[in-house]
Amino acid sequence: MDVLTPYSLDEALEVRFTHPEATPVAGGTDLMVDLNARRLQPTALLDLSHVDELGTWQKESGTVFVGAGMTFARIARELTEFPPLADAARSVASPQIRNRATIGGNLATASPAGDSIPALAAYDADVVVASSKTGMRRVPLGEFLVGPKRTSLAPDELIVGVEWQSVTRPGSFVKIGRRNAMVIAVASACLQVDDEWHGVRLALGSVGPTVLRARHAEEFAEDLDWSDPATLVEFGRLAAAETQPIDDRRGSAAYRRHVVEVLARRLLAQAEKARC
Amino acid sequence: MLIHATVNGTQHTVHVAPETSLLTLLRDELGLTGTKNACEEGECGSCSVWLDGELVCSCLVPALQANRHEVRTIEALAPGEELHPLQDAFLATGAVQCGFCTPGLLVAAEDLLERNPSPSDDEIREALAGNFCRCTGYQKIVEAVQVASGRAGLLTAVEHGKVGESARRVDGIPKVTGAFTYGSDLRADGMLQGVTLRSPHPSARIHSIDVTKAEAAPGVHAVLTADDVPGKPTFGLEYSDQPVLASDVVRYEGEPVAIVAAETLEQARRAAELVEVEYEPLSVVSDMEDALRPDAPQVHEFGNVLRHVHILHGEPDTTEADVWVEGYYETPMQDQAALGPEAGLAVPSEDGSVDLHVTTQWLHVDRQQIAPCLDLPEEKVRITLTGVGGAFGSREDIHVQIHACLLALRTKRPVKMTYGREESFSGHVHRHPSRTWIRYGATKEGRLVAADVRLLLDGGAYASSSPAVLANASTFAAGPYEVPNARIEGTVVYTNNPPCGAMRGFGAPQVCFAYESAMDNLAAKLGIDPIELRLKNAVSSGSVLPTGQVLTGSAPLREVIERCAAIPLPEHAPLDAMTHGVGFAVGFKNVAYSEGFDDSAEATVTIEVGPNGLEAQVQTAAVDYGQGLYTVLAQIVRTELGIEHVVVLPSDTSAIGSAGSTSASRQTTMAGAAVLAACREIRAELDTNGAAESITRTVTYQHRVTTGFDEKGQGDIHVAFAFIAERAVVEVDEELGLARVVQIAAVQDAGRVINPQGAEGQVEGGAAIGLGLALMEELQLEEGQVRNGSFTDYLIPTALDVPPVISGFVEVPEPGAPYGVKGIGELATVAATPAIVAALRAATGRVLNRVPVNPDDLLGLRAPAATAGRAPIPDVPGQQPIPEYLGMALGQQELMKAR
Repeated sequence: MDVLTPYSLDEALEVRFTHPEATPVAGGTDLMVDLNARRLQPTALLDLSHVDELGTWQKESGTVFVGAGMTFARIARELTEFPPLADAARSVASPQIRNRATIGGNLATASPAGDSIPALAAYDADVVVASSKTGMRRVPLGEFLVGPKRTSLAPDELIVGVEWQSVTRPGSFVKIGRRNAMVIAVASACLQVDDEWHGVRLALGSVGPTVLRARHAEEFAEDLDWSDPATLVEFGRLAAAETQPIDDRRGSAAYRRHVVEVLARRLLAQAEKARC
Repeated sequence: MLIHATVNGTQHTVHVAPETSLLTLLRDELGLTGTKNACEEGECGSCSVWLDGELVCSCLVPALQANRHEVRTIEALAPGEELHPLQDAFLATGAVQCGFCTPGLLVAAEDLLERNPSPSDDEIREALAGNFCRCTGYQKIVEAVQVASGRAGLLTAVEHGKVGESARRVDGIPKVTGAFTYGSDLRADGMLQGVTLRSPHPSARIHSIDVTKAEAAPGVHAVLTADDVPGKPTFGLEYSDQPVLASDVVRYEGEPVAIVAAETLEQARRAAELVEVEYEPLSVVSDMEDALRPDAPQVHEFGNVLRHVHILHGEPDTTEADVWVEGYYETPMQDQAALGPEAGLAVPSEDGSVDLHVTTQWLHVDRQQIAPCLDLPEEKVRITLTGVGGAFGSREDIHVQIHACLLALRTKRPVKMTYGREESFSGHVHRHPSRTWIRYGATKEGRLVAADVRLLLDGGAYASSSPAVLANASTFAAGPYEVPNARIEGTVVYTNNPPCGAMRGFGAPQVCFAYESAMDNLAAKLGIDPIELRLKNAVSSGSVLPTGQVLTGSAPLREVIERCAAIPLPEHAPLDAMTHGVGFAVGFKNVAYSEGFDDSAEATVTIEVGPNGLEAQVQTAAVDYGQGLYTVLAQIVRTELGIEHVVVLPSDTSAIGSAGSTSASRQTTMAGAAVLAACREIRAELDTNGAAESITRTVTYQHRVTTGFDEKGQGDIHVAFAFIAERAVVEVDEELGLARVVQIAAVQDAGRVINPQGAEGQVEGGAAIGLGLALMEELQLEEGQVRNGSFTDYLIPTALDVPPVISGFVEVPEPGAPYGVKGIGELATVAATPAIVAALRAATGRVLNRVPVNPDDLLGLRAPAATAGRAPIPDVPGQQPIPEYLGMALGQQELMKAR
């Protein structure tokens, strides 16, 4: 196995182009599990840990950019003005994992249970990807995630980061699992209120092949009175109806659907409370 | 690639493969084995180190990323002679048991204190949630961090404690510095690495095994199959029905088929992948009730019934009762999930003998099973105990022992074998899944008049200790109550599921869940307080059990119940949308071996004048896998001989006779009694002849004789009994179906507490395993295949899941036991599960007849476990295990050949 070690983003993209077979590694928290278990035996690794450009974030004229190499520990510490993402970052595994695992890795793994993805989906974020030949492009998250553990990333592209229009209104993230720590989400939800207080964006994790947006529920809630119990119930019902959960060893489809109904209702009620 | 890394201040230049983890680099290349490997999935935190000052799981850091970075490990926590305050706090509070998780926990705790010098309990639990501990239940670890942060006073364990004092662990210091050598840490010059090739099928015929390619692979020294086993082809704890390596058929997923020794682990693994095995999948017996059908495929040629126990007492079939309650209960396959992996190092000698250093619970019975397979007399197999990272029953059976010896004898090189976490799930036995149909009859005043229990256990593919587990479960099935009329029909069957055997509680937890659930139903039906109902029926000294056995020992169950019920409930306000519930359960279990087993323990105590005055040495072959036995033995010597300095020598088959297994809550009684007797002989010698240069006494202790079952299941089956009461308080989010245990209170009948802190540790840790069974632990099987054999998906409780446990002890000495002790290792597991489930029922009003209770159960999304009626009673010759009637002491394969 070869190791390719670029020291800048340009160099990394060049290596990626010339060695598309090399498996990129940043924090290693997903990849190493598979390497240790010998489920993966890549021919080469592309070590991104020296590409400093990936480990930064900034907010400029209303746009937030978080580099792919930002760890969840740093996100939890530094992006506190975005509570859903910071909370999602804090919900990742353990302190040990949060110190290493990166948001870029979470996107690349593209698990429907990826903890940071619902928040990014609720922000309507774009994934910023780049290639040495075709340059940089912004891919809406919904187009980036094409299936369970599948993305639309081209073989010569790397994830540079994730970008969204800064949000100012309340948002919240909840993750449900069988135990109180160290758990893969059985279901998760993130709700973000839009800037005009007209509507919300609701993203759901672990209840479909990719993280989903509950578009019908969102349309329904637009301009309604969120303190009305009937609205809350219908919002929950619609959200649950939009899920495509499966039965697996971590939870049942019925439970996942049920949880989404409860969480959607609770998160909308919480948003309404925050307005008052 | 070549990397330069600074580790604990020293610059290293090493060559690493790209896929190598920092953990492997530290352990295998740099010899820093204080950092532990318990999962390689980043779940357990045992491999925690600092990378550039940040806490990481070293198993998930590519070693190449340590290039030009700085790594700090447990070995650097206290580089000098003095312990770091956290290390000292861990020892002072009893936060160390097996110690396998300890280095990782110390690193994580120090990381917390560096960032937050005075954390709250919640902050401590949050920070340590990524570090699993399977022994302590986390409470004493939280206390240790409180102490180290200066928030709590030093709860100092006594340095040279005697009986009744919280003596510090005799093996504590190496466990907190990372110097303690566990099986997986062993090394020898010229050592080869051994790996096992296992069956991917739960049931299949093997048509051929071709090892040609594997043998030709780089670095390979031996590839062995069943044909290479020189001696007896099978082994087993009770019946020799399990092949050393499968030859004609495989009976469970994960059954060993071939073994490989190579220069490196990677080479051995690659070679194992090159072994070509042609399987023909056969039909799978995956359900224990299906196994009883007349048309079921036969797991073994002699049938699927391993044992049936029939107990008939009084006239249960004609007893009239005012009230009957009837229930059906299920428990799953639970994994011991000891953090230390199965491991051993076999070193061959020129005379054809072999030394085996191994993680086990019983050295001598290992040897009894190993030697015939190697075709060696027992004295040519010498077994030495290595550090054991927890066991909980999982190390009663053979794991790497025979395979490592075979490879070492073949290659004439030392061979090391260590299971990874996934292999560990296949490489040891589990707790039996159970189905129990129970019926209690009572008067309207609440006095039990009859019990009728049908019990079915899934023994999996091989016998292991199933016959004894069944005997236990059957004899406890009517509960620790006076029931004048009882019928208990217990059956354990073979299936193509992974083999089941010993796990903490050994048959008691399964039936305790059933009888305590039924008692709550009875209380509800009668309108009597559940605690009062239990008090009304509790056994006491002189009571007669359904086996006809009279409780001749101490049985302070009523006091145990009353003390537990009197522990104050937690002061807490449930959060929004949370309802809370309180549940109560009692349980009981035997101490030591039963059914007439010839059970003994040998100990040698020596006193001699050393440089620091009189010193004592204790030698047994007993295993301390974390619970503190060696400390207890030292306490006994200090108490009896007044000698402060006591050395507990390593356990070894060459040095001394058997001490029996560290299981069945027996070792404080058994090894403790042998040590006590040896000390008293020395004392007598000193009193008679005065001080001498050196005095040595060896004593073998045997407990009182028990009997087997007669044809009605009557007999003096057990040596002694211990009792427990536990109360659980839970909070349930009724909309999300999520439960949190807020408090567990436990009062245990201990006879006499030898080490209060150690005893609490057993209760706290035992309760945590019972909590796991109640809420999350289940090895999920589908057609014989394990779906969640990893720490990512087999969930065990974290520091955020186990609540504070308030423990207490009732001390009424057991006649005939040293100081009146009763073993305390298992009971807290037994009653925690039903207490928690009772609390969940109280909170939700749901019928919960299956554990683990999952969110679907709490929400009513999943129906209670249903039954089509009681399992049939098999037609069997008598009370003995079926292999007994077939002369199976021979071993399954010989038996088939003889036919």
